[in-house]
Amino acid sequence: MDAHDADAVSRRPAFDLGRLLRDQLRNIAPFATLLILVAFFTIASPSFATVGNLENILQQVSITAIIAVGLTFVILTAEIDLSVGAIANATAIVLTYFTLQPDYVNIANIPLPGSVAIVLAIAACFALGLVTAFGVTKIGIPSFIMTLAMMQIGAGISAVLVRGQIAYSVPPLVLTLGAKSIAGVPWIIIVAALLLLVAHFVLSYTRFGRYVYMVGGNREAAEYSGVNVRVIIGAVMTISAVCSGLAGMLGVAYFGSAQQNEFDTFLLDAIAAVVVGGTSLFGGRGGIGNTIVGLFVLGVLNNGLDYVKIDSFLKILIRGLILLVALVINIYAERLRATRALGS
Amino acid sequence: MTPPRLELTNVSKAFGGVQALRGVDFSLEPGSIHGIAGENGAGKSTLMKIIAGVHAGDAGEMRIDGRPVHFRSTRDARAAGVGMVHQELSVAPDLSVAENVFLGSQPLTRFGLVAWRRMAREAAAQLDNLGLTIDPTARLGDFPIGVQQLVELARVLFSGARIVILDEPTSALSPPEIARLFDVLRRVRDSGRSLVFISHFLDDILAISDEVSVFRNGSRVAAAKVGPGIDKSWIIERMIGAGREELEESYLHDIALKSRVDAPAVLEAHGLTLEPFYRDVSLVARGGEVLGVYGFMGCGQIELARTLFGKLRPTSGLIKMSGEVVRLANTTAGRNAGVGYVAESRRAMLFREEPIYRNVSIAFLEWISRWLLRPAAERSEAATQTQRLGVRPAGVEAKLGALSGGNQQKVAVAKWLTRPPKALVLVEPTRGMDVGAKEDVVRIVRSLAAEGMAVIVLSTEPETVLAMADRVLVMRKGTLAGEFADCAISKDRLLAAA
Repeated sequence: MDAHDADAVSRRPAFDLGRLLRDQLRNIAPFATLLILVAFFTIASPSFATVGNLENILQQVSITAIIAVGLTFVILTAEIDLSVGAIANATAIVLTYFTLQPDYVNIANIPLPGSVAIVLAIAACFALGLVTAFGVTKIGIPSFIMTLAMMQIGAGISAVLVRGQIAYSVPPLVLTLGAKSIAGVPWIIIVAALLLLVAHFVLSYTRFGRYVYMVGGNREAAEYSGVNVRVIIGAVMTISAVCSGLAGMLGVAYFGSAQQNEFDTFLLDAIAAVVVGGTSLFGGRGGIGNTIVGLFVLGVLNNGLDYVKIDSFLKILIRGLILLVALVINIYAERLRATRALGS
Repeated sequence: MTPPRLELTNVSKAFGGVQALRGVDFSLEPGSIHGIAGENGAGKSTLMKIIAGVHAGDAGEMRIDGRPVHFRSTRDARAAGVGMVHQELSVAPDLSVAENVFLGSQPLTRFGLVAWRRMAREAAAQLDNLGLTIDPTARLGDFPIGVQQLVELARVLFSGARIVILDEPTSALSPPEIARLFDVLRRVRDSGRSLVFISHFLDDILAISDEVSVFRNGSRVAAAKVGPGIDKSWIIERMIGAGREELEESYLHDIALKSRVDAPAVLEAHGLTLEPFYRDVSLVARGGEVLGVYGFMGCGQIELARTLFGKLRPTSGLIKMSGEVVRLANTTAGRNAGVGYVAESRRAMLFREEPIYRNVSIAFLEWISRWLLRPAAERSEAATQTQRLGVRPAGVEAKLGALSGGNQQKVAVAKWLTRPPKALVLVEPTRGMDVGAKEDVVRIVRSLAAEGMAVIVLSTEPETVLAMADRVLVMRKGTLAGEFADCAISKDRLLAAA
């Protein structure tokens, strides 16, 4: 699934299927889930498995994917970020606040050139990320609580800036990346794919990526090896906020408008994508490969449920159940490892 | 003739492929104290865990008062009257003394509420029986460790234990506390209960036990009533067998300490204080010497070690490296100042789930790669260092968790050797290792010092300090209480100083 686990497997001296399955449960289970879902919807609806619909699915998960990139870093260090949706929203609104809006939008905003607005929006999410990083690493607030507060702060910034109104315009660059296509491929898919690729590269082939895994694997041991754990945790919290901000900016273009609470559902979707994909909630295991599979599971599920005749309210319940099953597998995989480690 | 209180016949136990116990017979008389000696890994704690219901034996049988028993859990064992006082106490420091005595079995009023007054009264009576007069309503955590231990013992006795296993009960105690513990244990014995006393401190075993058993390699190799002819050397001979001269020497004879006052100071502490753990500690570690710091558990040495690496920040005082004041804001600063650190617990030090090479390279990644990892360099460097320390099995791709404790410890040292620190701080470097692995670690530590590194070894095990150190500092209750250099020292004198 990711380079991390794959090389450990390939060098195992004797092939042992049972052991491989146990070791790779967290990687195999999401992939099997994905295959089952695809098979089910393909049989249930002839129009599901088409190239056009694949593009739909990709487009639908793109924003979640961008948020999930940052969240993968965070969860790999055994922290959590609950502020991703709110920060996406706040960044989106900061962007529109500094962009000239149509006459009928009644917001006392400050129109600036597009490039300045983009820089300010990125600065905003970066700053929010730094605040989270400061709270978690310097003050020592658990990330769960700290990002809960940041969730409120992000929502508050959004509320204050738009005051219940809806903004529509974004700078041209953002509009292109969020809502236009090149050679028939939506830019937003390309952006999401590039970010996933870069994140995979960073996690697998850079020193920083190694530190992220090691801090997640055993924070104390990382500290006793001279790794600056606070810097790593601070960095992943900031990366998460910036990814959320990018998702928010493109999201405005994609949805065509910016308003309060627009990105609320993305928090759960992004966490679900990372965890369903098999990245350990206890840190140190998993990666972008897992997140990609998780994104596909969510995307196929959301999209496929539209193709079969199903009560739209039931969709929410089904998603909840899938997430629950993924959590059970996640914990179970961790326990299997732990008992095996004790036995050896 | 009455049957023994506890009788085990032909008990065996294997963990994976390792035979921890081989056909052990053991019996415990009513109203007696049975001392158990043996190196780590000799099987004594496995046997005790079988008696206490933690493990089930693979073979053999166990009888209490002549009746066969089969424990499936510690609960079964407790119900049958077996209690255990662990080395790491399981008291609740924030609760009162009385609550601790009655933990899990508080007396209730007829309304189902806790009967506080009755509880305090009965706890006081219970402790009084043990010769301990303390306020039952006071917070337990405010008492010294020796009192906390007695309260735990009181709880075990109160819950109806007729067989009490004490695991290393004296390791954290000062001599007067030990004397008081022994008074209490004699009272308990005289009330007809049976005690098992496991310890590394052979003098303690001889002082308190009626009988002593010696374990080696999973077998009970000797047993005798304590009396004339049964002394420390008798136990040690049976414990370690032949050919372990160095360790034997550290147990029995004086060790001649060297001193190297001429070598340059590498790591210095001046008036280092970290409340409430230690106060006004000044020390100098010189290049080429192994400085031992010995003290009982909880004397502040672990906190001192962590301060020297930047894990904890002192409330006052200075740390100097090669004569220059350094401010160690975090462990990264400690490492960059030239300090290496091997923590007291391998779990805190190593990544079990990661391959060996990543466990080694984590400490020097910063020097071999700026941005991108260099897997080949990382692996070859890790292989060089692990081979140098003789990690078995060779190879750096295996998960760390697959190695034995001694080899894991070597990995924990190996990670510092690529970019050798000026000073290496090791806390409890041989804890929980078998004799062979211990000797390996002793050899490695000495050779690092011989290459010019300043090595500081902090331990609560006198054997460890004596086997490694050129100079020994003794810590007592957060202060440096003495120094031994350029003289002869034995374990007894070291213990007396702490």
